[in-house]
Amino acid sequence: MEWAFIAETIIKVLVVVLVFSALAGIGTYFERKVLAFMQRRLGPMHVGPFGLLQVAADGIKLFTKEDIIPTGVVKPIFKIAPVITAATAFMAAAAIPFWPEFTVPFTDYVVSPIISDLNIGVLYILSVMAIGLYGPLLGGMASNNKWSLISAARGASIFISYEVITGLSLLAPLMIVGSFSLLDFNAYQSAGVTDWIVWQQPVAFILFWIAAFAETGRTPFHLVANDHEIIDGFGTEYSGMRWGLFAIGEYANMFFLAFVMALIFLGGFGDGSVLGALGLLLKVSLIFFFFLWTRAAWPDVRPDQLMWLCWKVLMPLAIINIVITGFVLMF
Amino acid sequence: MEAIAFYTFSFLTIAMFWIAVMSNQALYALSATAAGMIFISAFFFLLGADFLGALQIIVYTGAIMAIYAFGMMFFDTTRVVKERHRPPFLVMGLSILSAVLIVFIVSAPIISENIVAHHPVIEGIDNPQAIGVVLFTKYLIPFELAAVMLLVAMIAGIILAGKKMDRSLTLMRDEEIEIAQELQDSKRVSV
Repeated sequence: MEWAFIAETIIKVLVVVLVFSALAGIGTYFERKVLAFMQRRLGPMHVGPFGLLQVAADGIKLFTKEDIIPTGVVKPIFKIAPVITAATAFMAAAAIPFWPEFTVPFTDYVVSPIISDLNIGVLYILSVMAIGLYGPLLGGMASNNKWSLISAARGASIFISYEVITGLSLLAPLMIVGSFSLLDFNAYQSAGVTDWIVWQQPVAFILFWIAAFAETGRTPFHLVANDHEIIDGFGTEYSGMRWGLFAIGEYANMFFLAFVMALIFLGGFGDGSVLGALGLLLKVSLIFFFFLWTRAAWPDVRPDQLMWLCWKVLMPLAIINIVITGFVLMF
Repeated sequence: MEAIAFYTFSFLTIAMFWIAVMSNQALYALSATAAGMIFISAFFFLLGADFLGALQIIVYTGAIMAIYAFGMMFFDTTRVVKERHRPPFLVMGLSILSAVLIVFIVSAPIISENIVAHHPVIEGIDNPQAIGVVLFTKYLIPFELAAVMLLVAMIAGIILAGKKMDRSLTLMRDEEIEIAQELQDSKRVSV
């Protein structure tokens, strides 16, 4: 029993890490294709059919590129910063159920595709994702480059803005369900579309969605790597796989947050049938597509505009939402 | 299993804070403190206090250390800080020794009895719920007091920081900023 459990956990961890590392690469392909479609271009076309092998080409390039560590950087911190971003993104996945329970074919061994059903699930995911901030922050500060440092400062200002919104917007659904576990969230909404929390908590859903854009650093809050500086913010001094780790962390975070949003607000995998599970993947893809769509449609905002939005508009809204939810639950 | 985890994390925590104290490289000290704070949360998880563990990460690593990092950006963190004095090892050794002694003196009588939790975790309910039960019954008044004090601190913070909130430097033209600066300087001289 003990050994079966350990083996099962290790297999689950490996599957999650491998699948989402690969998805991060495929995510870049879809991003380029979607952006190209919206800008009336073709996007990657040359490598393989429809440019599908572009992902492999990019991967080979990243892996074989020389890992340059410039003189003047603080070496240990510079080296570990991208690892922090990627590692925390994957650590957060430990409390996310990716698929309903299923039995292994030809046996009666039941597998629950969540690495650990913590009783503080949502809180754990948020706290581990919060540590992900240290990647850009330490990377920017250790780079010995003014642009990287300014980018790290912008990253910190984003962080202190969105963190409050994420927490407060999730409080109202938490109060309704009465549990931190994503499995309990799913069970609460398993009856059907009408039971989705998004109908009860539309404000919380939109607030969390906006905060998710800031958390993953996507446009319109793509301030960490300010695009019109033409360089890559905190990643300016990075090359090869260390830069790749930052990218993998960013895309994995997008997928994991899409899963969290689908599970908390959009009914998750429903009753646990295969159809429900495919529905979950569909919802996740739609949310991911929305990330890309927004990037094509909106310009970036300034850091002070982001802080104004978060502290003066979204935070009061979130608190009013919590107070109203509390009154409704009480009376 | 638990013992291995406990000793590993105690070693890591002590090592991290040792680096934070002894290093004269500001960035090492900052990262080591953040890592130490995360490793401390492992003890909460080991004791079954998952909720407190997660809060430890969110509050200390997520919020407080981020603010520190914000402050650190005003220094050149890639340089080594020149400390003029050499660490007085005799004083350090003696103070560590006395601290350990005090811990022994205070904890010796407790260890002889069996340690019993004042408010043992209630079986059958989740860890966050257990915290809520204790907070809103036994510790209601300290909890509310802390809430009021935090509210006072927040209002004070807004008043102290928000003196010129209606004026945005990014929306002003350069000449306007200069005029405002001169006005301020002349006021300072006259006072």
